[in-house]
Amino acid sequence: MHGFANPARFLRLARWMTPLLLVAGLLLAGGALVYGLFFAPADRLMGDTVRILYIHVPAAWLGMGGWTTIAVASLVELVWRHPLATIAARAAAVPGAVFTAICLATGSIWGRPTWGTWWVWDGRLTSMLVLLFLYFAYLALANAAQKDGVGAAGTGGSRVTAIFGLVGAINVPIINRSVVWWNSLHQPASITMGKSAIDPAFLWPLLIAALGFSLLFGGVVLARMRAILADFQAEARLRRRAMRSEALGQVTT
Amino acid sequence: MSEGLSHWPFVIAAYVIGVVGTLGMAGWSWIAMRRAEARRDAARGERTKGQE
Repeated sequence: MHGFANPARFLRLARWMTPLLLVAGLLLAGGALVYGLFFAPADRLMGDTVRILYIHVPAAWLGMGGWTTIAVASLVELVWRHPLATIAARAAAVPGAVFTAICLATGSIWGRPTWGTWWVWDGRLTSMLVLLFLYFAYLALANAAQKDGVGAAGTGGSRVTAIFGLVGAINVPIINRSVVWWNSLHQPASITMGKSAIDPAFLWPLLIAALGFSLLFGGVVLARMRAILADFQAEARLRRRAMRSEALGQVTT
Repeated sequence: MSEGLSHWPFVIAAYVIGVVGTLGMAGWSWIAMRRAEARRDAARGERTKGQE
């Protein structure tokens, strides 16, 4: 893993992986959504609204997966001071926030015809909303640290952001267990480790959609890591150039 | 199902939000990456010119 901490080695890998993940993700997720919308059977109880499953569930998994990525990258940053871990954590925040927002919006839309309400303040929905606010706070903190010039890997601002990323991870198991701990309109987990209560007619397109959206998530994280890295490199070059010009000016005067 | 609502407007609204959100994020990330790398390459080019 330490081998990939080298930005040049990372860029060599990311250059061909970014388009590959994005295109494969688009094809798989697109295919699963077309199948879900036009060919998957309707559910006996939920009717056609069950088709929302193919967007809502992968978005929920990736919303939580995004913060798990932030937490793991933050831990790696704090323990091993990997420069790329700082960038990876920041890169995962935007797709994580987008998928959390999609999960909340599609869940609310699904709730209206099935529960008779757009929203309830129960454990699952509220903890998912808290996750979205945590993403906003993380992004604001990371941007503020970067603008103040203290956001580079290993600096104080970067460490504060990493600690926030680690502390915020407490919300992920709360989301996962919320339907067990508290009464909720939301159904309990249908898929657990090695077990599924979902009929294969719904399960396989769901798994393919989840794989496709995960590849898209990976492609977006790599694209954002490349953008952040390129910004750092451009700023460093311009700063060095300005310092050199200043030094030359002092010598000539 | 409550109130006998038609399901399809809800299904379509959810798909539009999911697809537009995902494609928008992927497209925006790709464009931002290309712009940032072009800016870095331009900075590299300026340095090379300055050294000549």
